[in-house]
Amino acid sequence: MKTSMIRKQWLLSGLVAFTCLASTAALSGPIESYSPVTAQRLENPEPHNWMLYRRTYDGHGYSPLDQINTSNVKNLTPVWTFSTGVVEGHQAPPIVNNGVMFVTTPMGQVIALNAKTGDEYWRYKRQLPDDLFQLHPTNRGVGLWEDKLYLATTDDHVVALDAKTGKVLWDTKVQDYRKGQYLTLMPLIVDGKVIVGGSGGEFGVRGYIVAYDAKEGKELWRTYTIPGEGEPGHDTWQGDDWKNGGGSAWMTGNYDKETRTIYWGVGNAAPWPGDSHPGDNLYTASVLALDPDTGKIKAYHQYHQNDSWDWDEVDAPMLIDLQRNGRTIKSLVHPGRDAIFWVLERTPTKINYVAGWPFVFTDVWKGIDETGKPIVDPAHKPVIGKRVEFCPSLWGGKDWPSAAYSQRTGLVYVPANENFCGGFTGEKVPLKPGELWLGTKPEDIGLKVKPGADHFGELQAWDPATGKKVWQHNFPKSHLFGSVTATAGDLVFVGGTNDRYFRAFHAKTGELLWEQKTNSGIVGMPVSYEIDGTQYIAIQSGWGVDAQRIQDALVTNNIGIEANVPQGGVVWVFALKK
Amino acid sequence: MATTACLGCSTRARAGEDPPGSDERPQKGDLLVFSEGDQEGKLITAADLRVGGPPIHAWPKDPTTSVVRSASRLNEILIIKLDPADLDEKTRARAVDGIIAYSAICSHAGCPVTAWVKSDVGDKEVFKCMCHNSEFDPRAGAQVVFGPAPRRLAALPLALADGSLSVAGNFMGKVGGTQPG
Repeated sequence: MKTSMIRKQWLLSGLVAFTCLASTAALSGPIESYSPVTAQRLENPEPHNWMLYRRTYDGHGYSPLDQINTSNVKNLTPVWTFSTGVVEGHQAPPIVNNGVMFVTTPMGQVIALNAKTGDEYWRYKRQLPDDLFQLHPTNRGVGLWEDKLYLATTDDHVVALDAKTGKVLWDTKVQDYRKGQYLTLMPLIVDGKVIVGGSGGEFGVRGYIVAYDAKEGKELWRTYTIPGEGEPGHDTWQGDDWKNGGGSAWMTGNYDKETRTIYWGVGNAAPWPGDSHPGDNLYTASVLALDPDTGKIKAYHQYHQNDSWDWDEVDAPMLIDLQRNGRTIKSLVHPGRDAIFWVLERTPTKINYVAGWPFVFTDVWKGIDETGKPIVDPAHKPVIGKRVEFCPSLWGGKDWPSAAYSQRTGLVYVPANENFCGGFTGEKVPLKPGELWLGTKPEDIGLKVKPGADHFGELQAWDPATGKKVWQHNFPKSHLFGSVTATAGDLVFVGGTNDRYFRAFHAKTGELLWEQKTNSGIVGMPVSYEIDGTQYIAIQSGWGVDAQRIQDALVTNNIGIEANVPQGGVVWVFALKK
Repeated sequence: MATTACLGCSTRARAGEDPPGSDERPQKGDLLVFSEGDQEGKLITAADLRVGGPPIHAWPKDPTTSVVRSASRLNEILIIKLDPADLDEKTRARAVDGIIAYSAICSHAGCPVTAWVKSDVGDKEVFKCMCHNSEFDPRAGAQVVFGPAPRRLAALPLALADGSLSVAGNFMGKVGGTQPG
């Protein structure tokens, strides 16, 4: 690198050449000092770090840092940026461990950066196979354990890297990418186990969650999300439907360290039309409670039965202690893709339904019975042989982007979408391994804007104890498709809109306090960390995947919205102006 | 989406059951067979194509060994017949009786290009990848007209003799999706 730089300067003017030489000061290389990650550190993370997908095992997406707060956030300014060099959806939170940042991008890159200066330590680039078919070209981050990192790839491998150098330590094939198996999530690390769940709900897979030994990559257990013959719940399927019934598990689970229970969300049933797989179809569209040591299913709750809408419920529920009717409930809170805001109770052996209410308009549910089963309106349930319309669209009230919970305000912040409906004509399609298997023609999938709609995206603040909506911010010309993060500075950070802005809202009132236009649209997750007494906010801006799909559909609806959201990933880091 | 039979074939490749040559790219002299539908495996002739589309999805077939080159999904081909007057100069020069062929693999994320639909940005029908909505105009060398695809679909030169179609040369352009630089 140095040689080429020196050669290059002969071609350049003196001033430019000087700049060029100066840039070589930021030489990449191994990390000199790295803090090993332990069970204790993951269970009680230091306030200045962000080492799990949602920072803490309870999934709150909350930083206890408050240097940046409602009174000074107007002075938030970029301190460094870093181009990732690739397009498509940059969905990963920048993971930070004592001053070192790890960013993952589409195409299987991991970039290690100095979190204070933005200088690169090393970069890992996965060599993806030429014939790989990436329906979701993205990645949601690396898991940390001891001095290693764990990456789940779209060619369906889990790869362990040396955190200091980026060198591959082990590389384990999970299943076969040629059969529509792939991985996009950040692995969940619990006590030296690397736990991932497979994607492929649009390819007729049978979903699973699998744990590997962090040291060597040996498989420890694998739990299918669809029960096999002889297992409880198998009778919720007919014939051989269970073998290809979907139930992918493509988002990181949360973990209750008190009861040693993992809570993992499960995706849609396959193919989409419900009458192609009659029955309740356990455990699709459910949350599973798993023993991290054995993978044994301890309990479950199915959000909706016989999924027919592509409504993955993969976003893991948040573990929140709620004061409700004079008692504390150890709850699970999940604003669902199925448009229902779910409040459940977790006990060591059961998950109980507590409450549920629609948080966006839906014509699919007529109500919820006392056991927590939503009551479906058959007029809005897709079947084979006719076109069926339903609200919300197949992207749901809230897709995979995470909501956040602030312990200070007691509110849940939901990146929701309103005024969208969808529909498709179900058809019988033979399954061919590795091919899309939707039960409809892809070109037939519709997204419709409700007549008279004056906005699409909504950032909603709910009190989960009372079911009361406290505030809402509407986005008139964009959907909202990015994860939300709350901080102890009473701020809520979110991107997610097609105008490329990154925004901070007042957590108590919903007032927009700060915004910054970025290079691209943001579909990633904001994080916060602190180094040497300075609090930082970090986000990846890089539009793509489903945010772009909805964008294309909106443009087709010709409603005068931004047609071009430029792609290309950049890590942005902000701090208060000094 | 019934247009990506190639992926199933890759399964056989892994199992070591594929005959030699079945994962090699199309070669000069290869014949073309239907890759899907009722006529899967049957030889494609000019008479099978209707002017104005839709395209036929095809595999190359070695005429000597009769091996169908279906062990790599990167070998799937779109063959379409268009009015030569609608083609741009370069595309017309390559066409045989208005028949042209392209790789069926999108240059963005490697998904199969399965649809022949009206463009989101014009009134003509185009090849469309339903994964991420990239559109390609076969009249103009399959250049990108919409979506995230960074480059055109690779073209495959064809020859026509006595109504029988064959491959006239290697793919022109890169087949498959983008990799980071």
